[in-house]
Amino acid sequence: MRKIFFESLIHGTLTEAPPSPDQAALTELGASLSRVVRRRIGRSLAIRQIDAGSCNGCELEIHALNNAFYDVERFGLRFVASPRHADVLLVTGPVTKNMREALERTYRATPDPKWVVAVGDCAVDGGVFAGSYACVGAVSAVVPVDLHIRGCPPSPLQLLKGLLALLEPGAAVEKA
Amino acid sequence: MPALIDMIDQGRKIPHHRPWARAVVHSDVWRFAASQLAETHWLLLGLWGDTHAVHMALLEEGSTGIGVISLECADGRFPSVGQTHPPALRLERTIRDLFGLEPTAGPDPRPWLDHGWWGLRYPLGARVGHPIEGYSYDFLPSEGESLHQIAVGPVHAGIIEPGHFRFTANGETVVRLEERLGYVHKGIEGLMAGADLTMAARLAGRTSGDSTVAYGIAFARAAEAALDIAPPPRAVWLRALMAEIERLANHVGDIGAICNDAAFALMHAHCAILRERVLRAANECFGHRLMRDRALPGGVATDLEASGIACLRALVVEFRRRFPALVDLYDNTASLQDRTVGTGVLQPTLARQYACGGYVGRASGRNFDARRMPGYPPYDSLRFEVPLLEAGDVNARVWVRIREVEQSLSLIEQILNQLPGGPICADVARSGAGPREGVALVEGFRGDILIWLRLGGDGKVERCHLRDPSWFQWPLLEAAVEGNIVADFPLCNKSFNCSYSGHDL
Repeated sequence: MRKIFFESLIHGTLTEAPPSPDQAALTELGASLSRVVRRRIGRSLAIRQIDAGSCNGCELEIHALNNAFYDVERFGLRFVASPRHADVLLVTGPVTKNMREALERTYRATPDPKWVVAVGDCAVDGGVFAGSYACVGAVSAVVPVDLHIRGCPPSPLQLLKGLLALLEPGAAVEKA
Repeated sequence: MPALIDMIDQGRKIPHHRPWARAVVHSDVWRFAASQLAETHWLLLGLWGDTHAVHMALLEEGSTGIGVISLECADGRFPSVGQTHPPALRLERTIRDLFGLEPTAGPDPRPWLDHGWWGLRYPLGARVGHPIEGYSYDFLPSEGESLHQIAVGPVHAGIIEPGHFRFTANGETVVRLEERLGYVHKGIEGLMAGADLTMAARLAGRTSGDSTVAYGIAFARAAEAALDIAPPPRAVWLRALMAEIERLANHVGDIGAICNDAAFALMHAHCAILRERVLRAANECFGHRLMRDRALPGGVATDLEASGIACLRALVVEFRRRFPALVDLYDNTASLQDRTVGTGVLQPTLARQYACGGYVGRASGRNFDARRMPGYPPYDSLRFEVPLLEAGDVNARVWVRIREVEQSLSLIEQILNQLPGGPICADVARSGAGPREGVALVEGFRGDILIWLRLGGDGKVERCHLRDPSWFQWPLLEAAVEGNIVADFPLCNKSFNCSYSGHDL
């Protein structure tokens, strides 16, 4: 174990330079973030991920955000275990009917102000599962969505660019 | 004891079912097959519904025979297999939920995938029914003093898929775990019906995202079997290359994640780096980090350039340089071993009874790997070992995966050395009329994936069944957790790493 620790000291960091926030995401988020809200959340966002029917591909790439290359925590973005601790809900999947209630209840359990980010093509409009008897379709049909990050699945870099837009001063929609 | 092939000969053989035979049988033959399963003379590979029939795929290990038997359900009923063979239970409940076909004397009348939210019943059946009124779901009872229940999910604490776990515990010790799944049921088999091959392949590749390559290959092989066409040799080898890259990425990522569930974050951090390197190489070689939609009926979508070959060789070198130190770290950290050794033991008899595939089966002494048996090209031209252990605990599952990482590295090298040239995709324009059926068994990282396909006269999918290896692993997690402490559940669960999406469909 010591050898691995020492090697890590010598070899320096793998973490890559931060990407610039996604322009489209900034546009979608649109209106400016109020001073009050910015003061409240600072540059720190607690994220609760909800799989609402994903094939688990999106989850793999969301996981990758935590690895040494992307190191999402350096931006103040942190995954939390409970919606009660969350500022952001990261929702994946075509919202299966069997998950609809759980998604609604998780949304209600999240304190204001909160933002919902729909991740992956399925979360945007149901993707290849649109029209199934078992799927609602877009996440926005169940809970209000502030930002969409497309991709099947979106790469960690795409995810990071989208999430950084939330932290950009003057980016996020004002929430009561 | 008659051979599987003799039993299939008793039935009415279905033409154009490849590569293994399918026969429509009488109910007494169906019952006989169920009794053979109960005595584990044969193993259950799959049990699925159709509009007016049920199908069962069987494996006879000694003779390496595989066959499919079908029973027509004129009165909407079929003799329960789960009555004598528990691995069939959830499959039968699913057949009832989706098709409205009733397993006669089935021991569990509860729905499985149907949670009462679809607005209808029997979505794939001959007659769609009205939704169940006053839907309720009773968990199995546990009786005794000082028992308490812990309800977990469907929304879990980590970045994982949804499912519900109902623990009954006595103090810290789990007395019973009962799973309730189906939350991510997307209706994939419903969407398959009427889809063309392109769309159907996309759906198959989104059944379980972590196995998207394996599903792509399984669907392609089933379609090619049905159409009786062969993909070009280069495509066959590129598929195997992608399959081994997928196996490598999942194994190394999960080895780290299992250690992380024992609070050993160092291993997780280093394994995550290796996993990221694999995904980046995949992206460079095939244009997608998970290599989704790259294996297609007829061949593959992306060729491997010379730069890709160099990239993969560099990846293998990097792995060989880094991975052994991590294996030593795992092996020499007593506090970690203390958590994994003897935890979540799956008995070999259960692994065999459930025909449990993948590292879960192989860590409990079940020597089965679809790359070997029934086998498919190019693995017959490649040298590899199938690691096997008997202990059946979390540690054994980790070690099987460590050994499989080493095997996959060797396979990647062998494939790069022997990769044939030529085209990468054959024409899938279909030949001949009438319905055609194909079946494929492909080894994903998690275990054997079965895909059964019936194409109509118009070349579109009439019925496609996708059986994830998790179907025969999820029930065994319940058994493996019994008697462990609640705090070890994440460790046990991660060491199985069953797919929710692949199971729920």
